[in-house]
Amino acid sequence: MLQLAAPETIVTITVLAVLGVDLTLLRGKSVSTRFHVGAVVSILGCAMAGWFALARHEEFNLLNGILVVNPVTDFVKCALLILTIFTVMISVTGKYTEHAGEYLSIVLLATIGLMFLVSAEDLLIIFIALELASLSLYILTAFNKHNARAAEAALKYFLFGGMSAAFLLFGFSLLYGMSGSTNLTEIARSLQGRGMDPLLLVAIVTTVIGFGFKVAAVPFHLWAPDAYEGAPTPSAAFIGAGSKVASFYIVAKIFTLAFAGAEGSAVWHGYVAGWTPTIAVVAALSMVLGNLTAIVQSSVKRLLAYSAIAHAGYMLLGVLAHTSASNSALMFYVITYALTTIGAFGVVAVVESATGSDRLDNFAGLSRRAPGLSLCMLVFLLSLGGIPPLAGFIGKFFLFSAVVNMDAQNLGLLWLVILAVAMSAVSFYYYLRVLKQVYVQDAAAEAPAIIVPPMTMLALALLAALVIVLGCAPSLLISHL
Amino acid sequence: MLAWTIYISFIGVLVLMLLPRDNAKAARAVALLTALAGCVVAIIGAMQQPHPGEVTTIVKTDWIPQIGATYYLAADGISLVLVVLTGLAAVTGILFSWNIEKRTKEFFAFYLALIGGVYGVFLSFDLLLLFVFYELTIIPKYFLIARWGSTRKEYGAMKLALYSFVGSHLVLIGMIAAWVVAKHQLGHASLDLMELSKVTFSASFQHWMFPLVFIGFAILAGMWPFHTWAPTGHVAAPTAGSMLLAGVVMKLGAYGCLRVAMGLFPEGMREWQWAVAALAVVGIVYGAGVALVQRDFKFVIGYSSVSHMGFVLLGLATLNTIGLDGAVLQMFSHGIIAGLLFGVVGRMVYDRTHTRDFNDLERMDVGKLLPFAGITFVIAGVASMGLPGFSGFVAELQVLMGAWAVFPKITMLAGVGIVVGVAYTLRAVQKAFYSDAKPDGHGGQHDHPLEPISVPERVGAVILIGASLVIGLFPTLLMNWIEPCFQSPLFERLLKGGSL
Amino acid sequence: MNHWLTILTLIPFLGGVIIAGLGSGRQALARGLALVASLISLGGAVCLWMHFNSASGELQFVERVAWVKSLGIEYFLGVDGLGLLMVTLTALVTPLAILASWNVNDRPQVFHALVLWLQAGLFGTFTALNFFHWFLFWELGLIPAFFLVKLWGGPKRGPAATQFFIYTMVGSVALLLSFLAIRYATGSFDFIKLADMAKDGTLQSSLAAHFGWKNIGMIVFFGAFLGFAVKVPVIPFHTWLPAAYSEAPSPVTMLLTGVMSKMGVYGFLRILLPIFPEQIRQALPLMLILSVATIVLSACAAFAQRDLKRILAYSSINHLGYCLLAMFAAMSVGAGVNQPEIQRAAALNGVLLQMFNHGLTASTLFLFVALIERRSGGLRGLDDFGGIRKIVPVFTGLMGIALFSSLGLPGLNGFVGEFLVFKGVFPLAPWAAAISTLGILVTAIFILTVIQRVFCGPLNERWAQMPDLTTAERFLVVPSIALMFALGIWPQFILGVTDATVMKLLQQLNF
Repeated sequence: MLQLAAPETIVTITVLAVLGVDLTLLRGKSVSTRFHVGAVVSILGCAMAGWFALARHEEFNLLNGILVVNPVTDFVKCALLILTIFTVMISVTGKYTEHAGEYLSIVLLATIGLMFLVSAEDLLIIFIALELASLSLYILTAFNKHNARAAEAALKYFLFGGMSAAFLLFGFSLLYGMSGSTNLTEIARSLQGRGMDPLLLVAIVTTVIGFGFKVAAVPFHLWAPDAYEGAPTPSAAFIGAGSKVASFYIVAKIFTLAFAGAEGSAVWHGYVAGWTPTIAVVAALSMVLGNLTAIVQSSVKRLLAYSAIAHAGYMLLGVLAHTSASNSALMFYVITYALTTIGAFGVVAVVESATGSDRLDNFAGLSRRAPGLSLCMLVFLLSLGGIPPLAGFIGKFFLFSAVVNMDAQNLGLLWLVILAVAMSAVSFYYYLRVLKQVYVQDAAAEAPAIIVPPMTMLALALLAALVIVLGCAPSLLISHL
Repeated sequence: MLAWTIYISFIGVLVLMLLPRDNAKAARAVALLTALAGCVVAIIGAMQQPHPGEVTTIVKTDWIPQIGATYYLAADGISLVLVVLTGLAAVTGILFSWNIEKRTKEFFAFYLALIGGVYGVFLSFDLLLLFVFYELTIIPKYFLIARWGSTRKEYGAMKLALYSFVGSHLVLIGMIAAWVVAKHQLGHASLDLMELSKVTFSASFQHWMFPLVFIGFAILAGMWPFHTWAPTGHVAAPTAGSMLLAGVVMKLGAYGCLRVAMGLFPEGMREWQWAVAALAVVGIVYGAGVALVQRDFKFVIGYSSVSHMGFVLLGLATLNTIGLDGAVLQMFSHGIIAGLLFGVVGRMVYDRTHTRDFNDLERMDVGKLLPFAGITFVIAGVASMGLPGFSGFVAELQVLMGAWAVFPKITMLAGVGIVVGVAYTLRAVQKAFYSDAKPDGHGGQHDHPLEPISVPERVGAVILIGASLVIGLFPTLLMNWIEPCFQSPLFERLLKGGSL
Repeated sequence: MNHWLTILTLIPFLGGVIIAGLGSGRQALARGLALVASLISLGGAVCLWMHFNSASGELQFVERVAWVKSLGIEYFLGVDGLGLLMVTLTALVTPLAILASWNVNDRPQVFHALVLWLQAGLFGTFTALNFFHWFLFWELGLIPAFFLVKLWGGPKRGPAATQFFIYTMVGSVALLLSFLAIRYATGSFDFIKLADMAKDGTLQSSLAAHFGWKNIGMIVFFGAFLGFAVKVPVIPFHTWLPAAYSEAPSPVTMLLTGVMSKMGVYGFLRILLPIFPEQIRQALPLMLILSVATIVLSACAAFAQRDLKRILAYSSINHLGYCLLAMFAAMSVGAGVNQPEIQRAAALNGVLLQMFNHGLTASTLFLFVALIERRSGGLRGLDDFGGIRKIVPVFTGLMGIALFSSLGLPGLNGFVGEFLVFKGVFPLAPWAAAISTLGILVTAIFILTVIQRVFCGPLNERWAQMPDLTTAERFLVVPSIALMFALGIWPQFILGVTDATVMKLLQQLNF
């Protein structure tokens, strides 16, 4: 059994190792050294865990859905670990805390929660894993003790998160009440043939609300911009990346498995009540509001937050299509999105620590001050905007074509895709605004070159390369999902 | 061999990125060599194509098997014409931007990236690949204009980028929908244009998807009323930028209209034929009319591009071989001539006089100060008017011939456009070069003489004039490539019954 | 296959290229080369004339090469009597114009290159038999003319040049569209083939069949008509002409009126008449009215002018009006006319003769204006002179002869042409001829006015020191004057060449 949870176990040991090393060997060393050593340890641990996950080719379902292991979950876990590695690598610039060991270990703890979440097919475990991850994320948000905004952001995040947990729990309890089971497949089995009774509808709606908060979909998104802006940038990156991957994986799983038979229909002129139309509404709202609000932002982190909301909208399209093709397209999209987001936040982190703020104006003339960094930013933002041949484009293509393909006869879901594509065209504008600052505006004459910490630069370069490679050769990733 | 046009361009980009920061000379040399190599490869490769009427595969390998995308480069006569055009435009564009001193290396890196993307579009026979290259051109365009442009450059650049992006997203919707339908008809996913052209899309599908995709591409082709990016974009762009915009980027749109929108949805095209023709003619007349009242020299040329691209669209709308031949030839011709016009206006005149306002130019007597610029502009203007002997005439001749057969009334309106075209060109010639206005004391008289026309400019101008003349006198050179294409099965459904 | 016509066109073209390539410092060389080139082409034209078989109305010196097969474009050259006459006229007038512009000092190499290119365009137009390259040369002639007016013209040259160009282009575009319609219906650009098709009626029927409109033939005809009517010009399409002629430097006006205006008439004869006989017949009353209006109104307008050049410009319109009148009259069915074919032959021969004569006379007159402008420092108003007869007797005498030739005095060349025209027109279209005689009358009045105001009357003291013609100038004008006498006395010289062509044309017109 320990072997089944080997990756999680390894990460747990790494947490202890990081803490131990930080508290014993590194006492009195500079924050930077502590961060670097801690990061190396964390990276080694994560890499080992990831290798374990990839190397085994097992299918196992422990205790009826408490721990499900199969190649896909292992692959997603591996992706989570890679995201964690990158998060750790961009964390080392940190001026936001002196507690390097604690910071890194909480990142790893959050990762453990997310890994369990991926493996769960039982409502209780899902809830517990989700809370483990969420609690860690609240702490990560609040980590900058010198910044009042961080505290405010964390509080907001915490309150919204708690409320969402309550909604989720309510929804889960209704499901349990109706089916007498907490296992997803069994719930579906006993819900078969019940029709669309009001209780089930309430369960659907509360579940959607609960996860809506988690993935920051409109209208449950209010915490996100503040949290992204206030949190230390690596934390924001992790909230936007790792937690998104796991959340969407589990959202897709819950809706596809537990609510099988209650799909309803969201096709044009063919509405049938169920969970897909509910999600369609949330997705449409997220795409529209996220993109339109992002246009007027002047803080890059807030801009990325709204863009994250919009992207959550696209991803929800993948959830509502619930075919095997759409699920793998969804995971491709989420993973590449996560990679890109970490990269973008990484760049923001560097600029923030060099110029003191993440205002748009602070990016002016970045292409002269830090050419490599700018090139990475170019890749990340264009990928977010969906420009080929970057991963973001190919992800969108996978996702949208899978969604349309769901109702191939009548192209009934085309309206959602048209909306999504239209909004994606809008999104291009605000990404280009940032790039305009980077490449077109001139920096103030006295602005010095920005020194990028080598480890961060390495992470960003690797991420940019990954985004390009996955865009040009998406088969590398999609064939595993 | 032709695939190397793409690779060479991107290799050039990489080499440029590795160059030391402030070595402008090396950057220019690398850029010119790359463009020249691309051009030579394009011409030789095109000449070696044994059967220009058929689609000759260059490379075809699996790319993303999950969605049936292949890495499929191929060429038929139409591609050949446009690839050669791109080669010529690339070389001359660099010759006309020899004086870029500000961040030279980055300029040429973006420039070559744009060129590489353009080659890619013309050679892709996989829909996704074509789209990838198509979008790849947007970003370099944006930066070339926003960074190195003039007059409201950021506005013009943003407008161009957004228009292109909106257009390409319309195409994306159509592409996804077509992919889904094709997947169900073929039984497997495919994005191969050759295979997709065998799929029969239902009438209602074509009715809705055709305008979507066509407009998506036609935005870039400058179709009225989606043309508004063109004048501002052209004006804002640096010389080489506007040369490429008018020279090849607008052709991307027209090529997409022909290859994708019309190739995949022939029924839709037949249904919307009138609308396309009407918009094309409005574009011809409107573009010419607006060009007639501009005060900014570059705006005149910018609107003239809209007008001339109207002929391309009109040719496409004829749906008979002669009109389509004319449309493709007009793409080539306009690419050459507009490039030359922008070269004269942007590089030869504006870079020296620092004004494009006719009122200022009138007082400068540019025709005497820069006789070479004057003569070049006259020749280019004459070619652009569509006077016989230059490529524009043969092309517009065929377009009009084709159009007579289908819409005689609309064709007469196009005639009005030609006349107005003559008027604005003459006006520009007079105002900018051979004005009678007396120099007034200030501004008119130059304290220092204008820098003489440099050798690269002369070479560039001669190449373009030569190309236009050669094609004007021996259109068969290109017609031999273009004509057989429309006999191929690829266009069979499109031309059903409309052959001339 | 021979290439004489191609070579003839290439001589001035290449000459122009060489001269344009000369540096600005070698002005004398530029002038000399231009003269040499124009003289060589004159020699070439004379050679053509000598080798021309005047007994035949068929095309001679034919060159025919496939060019763009898919579009039905051939390189097809050839001349008959009409073409030969026009080529010779062009070759004659150009050296005169070059000599008259000997004193151009502003960029003479460009000026002369443009003149030679204009000549090349004219040669091309008069020899081409396929619409494609005919149109090429038709337009090619326009551009040098535009720049000659634009860059070397009088004070209002800008608007004049633009107006000239735009008017002509409007006509050209209409013409182009018409021919595209014809090409679409028949698949051919070949003038000769199209004329044959018109003769057996297939042109008309295929046009109607392809367009499905009954009136398409008429529309196409009017498009083509517009193209030529602007060039001639026919009133009311003439408004560009007085401005262009008077603003252009006089040597250029010689070319404009002497040869370029003939392009229009040539187009009528070569293209409109054979290809659209039916349409012309249908529109005959209108055509005749337009011709009569051209004759009478232009004569009256000339009478009202005060500027020598404008007078001559309107007089030029007037003279070409006779050509139009005769041409259209020859198209009339002529019911009840005694021996209509003889009248038609007379009228058409008159047209050809008149074209040549007018070219000669009008260009000589503008040459005189150039000479007088040289002396007066650019003044050329009717009232600026007076009584210079005694000061410059030779000049007065020679210009008087040219003016009388223009008037149509028997014994000079102008008379024969007009005589033949009226001989033919009177029986065929009596009312038109009757009204047109008014034009002759007014012409006589204004020409006599010119003579009186300029040469006679009290001497304007300003010109007391005006030098008479120099020897060189005498040599310049005497050949033209001699030719006027020669043709007046022995018109057979030209009629011998044209007669067979006219017969062939009449045959083609299919009565």
